[in-house]
Amino acid sequence: MIHSLFLINSSGDIFLEKHWKSVVSRSVCDYFFEAQERATEAENVPPVIPTPHHYLLSVYRHKIFFVAVIQTEVPPLFVIEFLHRVVDTFQDYFGVCSEPVIKDNVVVVYEVLEEMLDNGFPLATESNILKELIKPPTILRTVVNTITGSTNVGDQLPTGQLSVVPWRRTGVKYTNNEAYFDVIEEIDAIIDKSGSTITAEIQGVIDACVKLTGMPDLTLSFMNPRLLDDVSFHPCVRFKRWESERILSFIPPDGNFRLLSYHVSAQNLVAIPVYVKHNISFRDSSSLGRFEITVGPKQTMGKTIEGVTVASQMPRGVLNMSLTPSQGTHTFDPVTKMLSWDVGKINPQKLPSLKGTMSLQAGASKPDENPTINLQFKIQQLAISGLKVNRLDMYGEKYKPFKGIKYMTKAGKFQVRT
Amino acid sequence: MTVGKDVSALFPDVVNCMQTDNLELKKLVYLYLMNYAKSQPDMAIMAVNTFVKDCEDPNPLIRALAVRTMGCIRVDKITEYLCEPLRKCLKDEDPYVRKTAAVCVAKLHDINAQLVEDQGFLDTLKDLISDSNPMVVANAVAALSEIAESHPSSNLLDLNPQSINKLLTALNECTEWGQIFILDCLASYTPKDDREAQSICERVTPRLSHANSAVVLSAVKVLMKFMEMLSKDLDYYGTLLKKLAPPLVTLLSAEPELQYVALRNINLIVQKRPEILKHEMKVFFVKYNDPIYVKLEKLDIMIRLASQANIAQVLAELKEYATEVDVDFVRKAVRAIGRCAIKVEQSAERCVSTLLDLIQTKVNYVVQEAIVVIKDIFRKYPNKYESVIATLCENLDSLDEPEARAAMIWIVGEYAERIDNADELLESFLEGFHDESTQVQLQLLTAIVKLFLKKPTETQELVQQVLSLATQDSDNPDLRDRGYIYWRLLSTDPVAAKEVVLAEKPLISEETDLIEPTLLDELICYIGTLASVYHKPPSAFVEGGRGVVHKSLPPRTASSESTESPETAPAGAPPGEQLDVVPTQGDLLGDLLNLDLGPPVSGPPLATSAVQIGAVDLLGGGLDSLMGDEPEGIGAPNFVAPPAAAVPASLGAPMGSGLSDLFDLTSGVGTLSGSYVAPKAVWLPAMKAKGLEISGTFTRQAGSISMDLQLTNKALQVMTDFAIQFNRNSFGLAPAAPLQVHAPLSPTQTVEISLPLSTAGSVMKTEPLNNLQVAVKNNIDVFYFSTLYPLHILFVEDGKMDRQMFLATWKDIPNENEAQFQIRDCPLNAEAVSSRLQGSSIFTVARRNVEGQDMLYQSLRLTNGIWVLAELRIQPGNPSFTLSLKCRAPEVSQHVYQAYETILKN
Repeated sequence: MIHSLFLINSSGDIFLEKHWKSVVSRSVCDYFFEAQERATEAENVPPVIPTPHHYLLSVYRHKIFFVAVIQTEVPPLFVIEFLHRVVDTFQDYFGVCSEPVIKDNVVVVYEVLEEMLDNGFPLATESNILKELIKPPTILRTVVNTITGSTNVGDQLPTGQLSVVPWRRTGVKYTNNEAYFDVIEEIDAIIDKSGSTITAEIQGVIDACVKLTGMPDLTLSFMNPRLLDDVSFHPCVRFKRWESERILSFIPPDGNFRLLSYHVSAQNLVAIPVYVKHNISFRDSSSLGRFEITVGPKQTMGKTIEGVTVASQMPRGVLNMSLTPSQGTHTFDPVTKMLSWDVGKINPQKLPSLKGTMSLQAGASKPDENPTINLQFKIQQLAISGLKVNRLDMYGEKYKPFKGIKYMTKAGKFQVRT
Repeated sequence: MTVGKDVSALFPDVVNCMQTDNLELKKLVYLYLMNYAKSQPDMAIMAVNTFVKDCEDPNPLIRALAVRTMGCIRVDKITEYLCEPLRKCLKDEDPYVRKTAAVCVAKLHDINAQLVEDQGFLDTLKDLISDSNPMVVANAVAALSEIAESHPSSNLLDLNPQSINKLLTALNECTEWGQIFILDCLASYTPKDDREAQSICERVTPRLSHANSAVVLSAVKVLMKFMEMLSKDLDYYGTLLKKLAPPLVTLLSAEPELQYVALRNINLIVQKRPEILKHEMKVFFVKYNDPIYVKLEKLDIMIRLASQANIAQVLAELKEYATEVDVDFVRKAVRAIGRCAIKVEQSAERCVSTLLDLIQTKVNYVVQEAIVVIKDIFRKYPNKYESVIATLCENLDSLDEPEARAAMIWIVGEYAERIDNADELLESFLEGFHDESTQVQLQLLTAIVKLFLKKPTETQELVQQVLSLATQDSDNPDLRDRGYIYWRLLSTDPVAAKEVVLAEKPLISEETDLIEPTLLDELICYIGTLASVYHKPPSAFVEGGRGVVHKSLPPRTASSESTESPETAPAGAPPGEQLDVVPTQGDLLGDLLNLDLGPPVSGPPLATSAVQIGAVDLLGGGLDSLMGDEPEGIGAPNFVAPPAAAVPASLGAPMGSGLSDLFDLTSGVGTLSGSYVAPKAVWLPAMKAKGLEISGTFTRQAGSISMDLQLTNKALQVMTDFAIQFNRNSFGLAPAAPLQVHAPLSPTQTVEISLPLSTAGSVMKTEPLNNLQVAVKNNIDVFYFSTLYPLHILFVEDGKMDRQMFLATWKDIPNENEAQFQIRDCPLNAEAVSSRLQGSSIFTVARRNVEGQDMLYQSLRLTNGIWVLAELRIQPGNPSFTLSLKCRAPEVSQHVYQAYETILKN
């Protein structure tokens, strides 16, 4: 099971350690530092590092390495999932997860970690339960606590923890009963030079914000549930019902949670909403290269594409670029060779473009690699897979809740090769 | 928490704060205690009272907290006080306390295992598996698994259908982490038949849709394991296969760290059941900002999934990757193109042209990598793509890595006759011979010898130069030995040299880096664990071997009619291609093997001729035949004899002296048949012999000895060309006929062979006396093993001595040659003993009854004429016999005694 946890910042300092069993010396992290040195970038540090007596499993988030130490054969996914859960919890508690924030709240951090694991076994990882045990710090509460001498630590056993619905507390009360669902789809795609799609898939999630009194029992049905053949559910969803009727039936947790995530990979279902025309040439003879890209809409179902940004890692041989965008702003960092262009909205009548020249290292040969263009965009009010919610019903409670559904499509890892 | 400061000095003050009502303060004090109790064990006792009191608190939260904290204080004195509160808490009315107490048992076990067993906590823990609360069940399972891991023999989790049913019920209701523990526990259960396996699978499948990837992977493990038991004809089997793909694909959209672990596991799954993901190739395409560790894994899986159907896509992708920035990744991509060429025959041409395109880029490391893989392609498809050699030769100068240089030299040597300036090319390499790495040196030596055999006239100087460089100026024994071998070959029999060096090479197979099936099956049982990330069984890396239990997939036990043949090797080539295939990883110079063992082995090996060579006539007429019609003046090569020290002078010379008396051969007259035959034992495990498993035994029937062998192919490729040879041994055992394996041995096939043995081989005393060293060759490699043969196979059938003779000989043999042994626990009486021994050619010459004891006087003779006389004393009612042996060669006595033991006790 999980022995210890070290938090390491990007400059390689261990700024927090927590041991659940016997103390493991900090020096075990030397193996991690070695691996970190070998990997050129922080992202490339391998997640599983063996040492003579321990194994180090790490995740890298918010520029912090969370390194777990294990000694026996433990499923590594279990550890990594747990580490991600720790990060999520910190974010949930403090708003952001960063070194200064963790240092400021070190007592709460320790209390939370102690509550999450016991002897390496996860104890309470649901944010609802944790928050009942240890209340998140707020200014008001700190003031009240100092005056009255009360504490952040709840002294009642969280009711939900042992019931059949551990994700929900009892006795929830709201004056405005509301349930909102966001259907968010991300497109991961690789487009090749000629503009044809090599792979494209959609990662979709339905995030919910449910604030309902009592113990409501919800059902959510879709117009086209056949789309969802590869889904992972929040534990609250009754799987049998889904198997037989393709209806989501569940008692929701209180507050924000992810109801389900799904995956659509069938090629014909994945529409590609944008195209990129590019013309990047490094001339052999002169030390100048030509650069031109244009972004335009494709299969958008009449919706506008917003928040478009283009980023590309230029080859090392590129010294500088002088470009003019038809809209938006662009930057080129001559040190990291990163070109980014903040485009904004795409107006189908006047397509945004970025043109200009690149100055290349004199005398150096043509770069071997072609830059890949990374695209970000957003489309409101559209789920690109065509998923539509049919209706939401509530049973078990008498009041009428306010319901709302929002759709959004975003670019995930959307790459265009040149 | 204290920012590295030691605050243990405050211990008494902090402990004083313990009895507070403020829960937060209490928690912090407990936290402090956990950290510092160990440094102040005496002071920690002060805290015990409060703990015990807290364990009785009306608030379950505080009860649980107290028992939890006590378990974390690793001080022996405290643990004693812990037992009573813990016992109470394990039976607490509140499930929250019970589940905390369950974990506490595991903690306590870690500190003091004996205490836990003595106090009977393990039984209480087992009872908790039947608890009504699923959380308690999950924690009990987790605690038991952890304890079981440190005590592999203890059999704590004895699972039966009832307990499995309880676990499956709890599975639906407990938290995600609990589900992981329960699923891992389920995976260690072996259902009794396919019905049960199917019903467990049905109840586990919903877990595949869980949001927690660890739950998904643990469920995959259970399914992969139990699927093994299901018949492939079942509809359910197909449904299950279909259900497995989507969750695996979904794992790849998670965070990169999760992806990595998932990919390592998918790598195993794809090898075991390629059909699951065969349509999902595209999800493994690499995104340019994936971390490098994810990229490399994806590439590996892409190659495993490559097939004729998708090869065009794969190649296009690989070509794209070969222009990326990251050097490691580019190299692997280029290598992958080569592997595709070898795996999918139809694509070979495209792969080669893609590789040529890449060579044109002139990027140094791409060119080198490409040349290495082209060499493999040549080995797989000889005489097909040689047109590209010219392009390769253009890049000769840019090669600076040993592997690429060696590959290029191999190509030049192999195709020397088609490269006009092959000698110049090789000569250019020869200039810096001593600076090259061993790999290149060896390759260069072989290549030049090949060149010489192909174009003898022009390259004499070159070959002499390289031979002298290798034998005289090198410190490397491998290189020197190989140099001498070639030298001797060339000088004795150039025709043979040609046959050996230019022998046709076996083709290489496509799946060179597949995991061995036995290991793969074991690893499938470890899906989702560290073992699956390292692709090693836990025994290979778990510390001190503790907690290592070998797991294996359950056999397919069918309750219905289906009797299918066992799973064949995964992802294999179409059957037609499998002939004559060897993995590439072996030494390129497989052709040297023939030197060790010619397939038909006869009598004493190449003995004397070698000794003579050392002297004068280095070049028989043999070389002339090589020269063909060349004018004589040119064709008189001038070899210098290698230094005499290197001549293996003792080779094959019979050890005449010391044991000459052992030699008197008289063949037995077969009267009786069938002496005792031991059951077959494994002599050569598959692990040591690249998949060839040999087990066997010795028999003697009607005067002839034979070795009954059972050869099993546990590798992925077909095995052919078997041959066997014995090292010289004490009794001159040698194969009387070559090893006849009629058909090639295909994977998982077993053949039984009886190899007749003669005792006419050359003799050398071995230690122990009955030790036999055996070499077995097949198309893959040569393997060595040694075995002990029972001496009774050497007892001849006319070993009955005349009475007078017996008496005279008994007296004649000095008393110091007499050896006494006890044969214990033998329930037979004198008659039975006598007749049984006679079956194995130990003859009773006389029998006397002295003071109620039976005395048997016996004689036997070995194949080499040694007589052994025995006196066996049997007391009725006493199962212990006394055996006195007299023999002129007393060293055999011990083994004769062992023969008695085996014969009498079996």
